[in-house]
Amino acid sequence: MKKTMYEKIWDSHLVVDEAGQAPLLYVDRHLMHEVTSPQAFEGLRLSGRKVRNPHSILATMDHCVPTKNRDLPIADPIAKKQIETMAENCLENGLNLYDMKNPNNGVIHVVVPEHGFVHPGMVVVCGDSHTATHGAFGALAFGIGTSEVEHVMATQTLPQKKSKTMQVVVNGALSKYASAKDIALAITGKIGTAGGTGYVIEYTGSAIRELSMEGRMTLCNMAIEAGARAGLVAPDEKTYEYLKGREFAPSGQYWDQALAYWKSLPSDEGAVFDAVVTLDAADIAPQVSWGTSPEQVAGVDSVVPAPESFADETKRKACEGALAYMGLKPNTKITDIAIDYVFIGSCTNGRIEDFRIAAEVAKGTKVAGGVTAIAVPGSYHVKQQAEAEGLDKIFIDAGWQWREPGCSMCLAMNGDELTPGQRCASTSNRNFEGRQGKGGRTHLVSPAMAAAAAAAGHFVDIRKL
Amino acid sequence: MEPYKKHESIAALMNRSNVDTDQIIPKQFLKKVERSGFGQHLFHDWRFNDDGSDNPQFELNKPAFKGAKILVVGDNFGCGSSREHAPWAIADYGFNTIISTSYADIFYNNCFKNGILAIKVDKAQLDKLMAEIAANEGVRFVVDLENQQVTTPGGNSFSFEIDPFRKGNLLSGLDDIGLTLKHVDKITQYEQQHKQNFPWLWV
Repeated sequence: MKKTMYEKIWDSHLVVDEAGQAPLLYVDRHLMHEVTSPQAFEGLRLSGRKVRNPHSILATMDHCVPTKNRDLPIADPIAKKQIETMAENCLENGLNLYDMKNPNNGVIHVVVPEHGFVHPGMVVVCGDSHTATHGAFGALAFGIGTSEVEHVMATQTLPQKKSKTMQVVVNGALSKYASAKDIALAITGKIGTAGGTGYVIEYTGSAIRELSMEGRMTLCNMAIEAGARAGLVAPDEKTYEYLKGREFAPSGQYWDQALAYWKSLPSDEGAVFDAVVTLDAADIAPQVSWGTSPEQVAGVDSVVPAPESFADETKRKACEGALAYMGLKPNTKITDIAIDYVFIGSCTNGRIEDFRIAAEVAKGTKVAGGVTAIAVPGSYHVKQQAEAEGLDKIFIDAGWQWREPGCSMCLAMNGDELTPGQRCASTSNRNFEGRQGKGGRTHLVSPAMAAAAAAAGHFVDIRKL
Repeated sequence: MEPYKKHESIAALMNRSNVDTDQIIPKQFLKKVERSGFGQHLFHDWRFNDDGSDNPQFELNKPAFKGAKILVVGDNFGCGSSREHAPWAIADYGFNTIISTSYADIFYNNCFKNGILAIKVDKAQLDKLMAEIAANEGVRFVVDLENQQVTTPGGNSFSFEIDPFRKGNLLSGLDDIGLTLKHVDKITQYEQQHKQNFPWLWV
């Protein structure tokens, strides 16, 4: 039988598949951060259970960590406790933790690929919905809840329901400055935030093959924003080249053995998907979200929609609510929307490629009057690399703040946040109400679009710069 | 986990779609290291005014919905982050049943780990249930998981589908981990095979 990549990974990880019970799937890699793990460790302790395979785990501290004044103690006592608890739990269970002082520190989904910890064909979990990022390597990677974090620690398996498969085909060439982020937002706009519910998406087509590994991570990262359990990109030469020589990548005698296995993973020619969605890359303008859901997006060359333009009543109501919250009027040109804040960073767009493209746009500009712009590298290695290339100077000369790594304003848990009514051009992944601070208004964009907005004080069509 | 029993309870109405987990439990409350006490922060940014007083405009603050165990909500409930703090807050507030057309995947799984029955109905059925509550706030529904049946006084009773494994666990209040560990020999066997097939993962 011809199989999709998802089915191949699923079949090779089935430990138990018996009638009357959810299939048990084996987990190869378990990623952790400080917010969704403490209660899982507490559960293990209370039941007297142990971590089954400590080597399968890699942990960082990212959600609550400060991005400035790292030499000072953490001001928020509850955040401090959570950070300390993480360190104690990892020490007690012999887990590999890159804490705030470790040179490998950073956002878990940025750090993990840097060390080659995820390989094609693996099953990867983390108590974090953006685990989908690692699908860029052809691994089945998905977010889980804290009870499941405990379950995986205790058993190295998870009861799972098999997902349906969706193929998202993106052919053609992207226009100048359109990026993986724009593809991700355009897909969410097209199928909606529940469009992928119950599915694992495999991204295929010439535009996907053209993306770098960083671009593929951005794309898979946002599979969850379209409701999908996971996103996948088949491994190819770019994947192997990226992994080769990294700390946890196979080496020596094992490299060829691993490579042969990885090459067997892509979906078979003629394998059938349960659903197929097609986009033409050439049609994808740089995207800007205008609402409070990642499906509420528009091309930068268009306008804020009017509620009555939606035939569906639910969508019409959602549009009304979103415009009220966002303080926007229907039919406003996207390029007429003025901003107060710019954030470049997060597990979606906090990689070196993101800072390179943003710096290219920011070079020689000045942040517009009244606008605050912060650049937050996804990891310490991204920060070092950017500094080695002089990117930090470009941002600082243009009036940006250059910060320490962390999740920062993607979800505003660490004190980096908007004040009520402030409007932000953000390279993060969610524009939910209050996500970047109570009353804050988030517009999701690519790094290039964010950098252009910082200089102009409003959105601009970067294709015209 | 408490076993799920047949019960009659007030059904509260939130006629909103795509309610995300950031609304269910805003991030400022995710820093705790315990599982308990999240109910007081449920829907915080909608539920309270800036001065901390109750926002009378918010649905769940209506006196008629006080003590409700059933929450009836619009499509795609619980989208966004994987935070289990969302179902912890919902359960701690007092809900043990949610009725909607659809749920985000991770949230749906998380509900069943915390004794919350998430029932899926079609759009027409949901519209009828919402209309019944809107017309008679404080109305009580009977939820019978054993027989997969919801009974309403307004004649909108229905039966629902549920995965037998999830149903069994809710009814017994059984611990998932304990169930999985019954297969520990198979896990060990799988791991031995895994080491042979993928030796580079074990060096």
